[in-house]
Amino acid sequence: MLYALLCYNDEAAVWAWDKAQDDEVMARLAVVRGKLEREGKLGPSLRLLPTTAATTLRKSDPPLVIDGPFAETKEQLLGFYIVDVADLDEAVAVAKELAEANPGGAYEIRPLALFNAGAPLRVEAV
Amino acid sequence: MSADIAWIDAAITAARPQAVGALLRYFRDLDTAEEAFQDACLRALKTWPANGPPRDPAAWLIMVGRNAALDGVRKRSRNTGLPSEEVLSDLSDQEARAADQVDAGDYRDDVLRLLFICCHPDLPATRQIALALRIVSGLTVKQIARAFLVSEAAMEQRITRAKREVAAGEVAFETPGAVERSERLAAVAAMLYLVFNEGYSAGDNPERAQLCGEAIRLTRLLLRLFQAEPEIMGLLALMLIQHSRTPARFDADGQVVLLDDQDRGLWDRKLVTEGLALIDKAMRHRRPGAYQVQAAIAALHARAATPADTDWAQIDALYAGLERLTPSPVVTLNRAVAVSKVRGAEAALEMIAPLEGRLSGYFHFHGLRGALNLELGRHAEARAAFDRAIALAGTAAQAAHIRRHLDRLMADHPAPAA
Repeated sequence: MLYALLCYNDEAAVWAWDKAQDDEVMARLAVVRGKLEREGKLGPSLRLLPTTAATTLRKSDPPLVIDGPFAETKEQLLGFYIVDVADLDEAVAVAKELAEANPGGAYEIRPLALFNAGAPLRVEAV
Repeated sequence: MSADIAWIDAAITAARPQAVGALLRYFRDLDTAEEAFQDACLRALKTWPANGPPRDPAAWLIMVGRNAALDGVRKRSRNTGLPSEEVLSDLSDQEARAADQVDAGDYRDDVLRLLFICCHPDLPATRQIALALRIVSGLTVKQIARAFLVSEAAMEQRITRAKREVAAGEVAFETPGAVERSERLAAVAAMLYLVFNEGYSAGDNPERAQLCGEAIRLTRLLLRLFQAEPEIMGLLALMLIQHSRTPARFDADGQVVLLDDQDRGLWDRKLVTEGLALIDKAMRHRRPGAYQVQAAIAALHARAATPADTDWAQIDALYAGLERLTPSPVVTLNRAVAVSKVRGAEAALEMIAPLEGRLSGYFHFHGLRGALNLELGRHAEARAAFDRAIALAGTAAQAAHIRRHLDRLMADHPAPAA
């Protein structure tokens, strides 16, 4: 069963981490990711730039392009993981591990209806 | 710091501008607002670890701070006891949400007002920065004093005096109109860029270098509140791209490494990416401004994999645009660097010749003139310009950089015996 683990937190706090703090959290998350990858349970995972970098296209007629995220919320969507696990219990267990590596905020655990891997992108490490 | 305390610290820091801004609107007095916020923070440190973090730390701090200050007022006037900790801190989520809804529309103007009072026109730039770092960022007087290399007592005095001037002036508490809001934004943007530049020119003073991160944090906050302002996007992009070069700007001995000589692999790609995304967004508005143009110039450097790949013709064109937007001899001087790459050192020297009167006391003018003359093989002129630059150097790093030029010049082309 495929699940998306959507990471939510207050981006004002997260993007105020200094480099050492950020590196530390990323290193802890990398350990969890590495383990999941070795177990063949981790698909794509990504981190989003802050919502200040976001642009939203409202599908009105004609479509309206506006600055900022779709929803103004206390916590923002900061990134996500796609995991392949047996059931919801296991998905929750993975989220708990990630939460231990990166406390604060919340993970929304959403089952996937469709997964297109797409073409392999040649991306520089961002 | 334990994970708990670190989290609380981060949440309080993030909430501070909004919370102090709202308390300032409420009490219309900076000292009262700051005290109320301090009170709320103390209570947060006591109750958050036990009860868990509130959903909206800013709303929590505003409510608790407001109640605490009001109780303080009551206590002073009637000498009744403070209510117990539990009563004050037992803010249900619902209450916080209600407070949030009431205030949401005012938040952005609260933060803008708080930043704007630091831009009081009577305050010199350094005092504006010190005040903003104290009341908006919440840095301690000690931290600010270290950043500016002055004693704590002197900085305390500077900030107290600045606060007094602000208090004596008129602070507009009513919701600003569109024109006033954009004037405030422009003043605040300029002040934030000053904070950034304090950090950027810090050399090897790590306390001061942290001001770059602080300026970026506050500018991100401002952009979150004013999402469709292309100049704020431009300002943030400019800061991010400049800051991305920090790991490459100094060598192991703390000497300045010029853009051309920097190891571009050390540039922070995450900051560059965010900066490029923002300048793209800003350009769509087709409302150019000085920060956007400067960010676009920085972006062209960031996009060049090697110095040789730099699109100097485009940079020349952007500087020409900047000269129109904000005419200044320093902008022309910067343009001359691009001109030297596109049309040669001779053309660049011609361009800066008329600036001599206004920039005769400016380190970079003589530094550039030295470098251009050196390129043309005019060693005597180069030496004279470098000598002048050294005499005007503002930091040891600047002086050392020119000294290396001179040493090389002397080694290759010794001065003729007098």
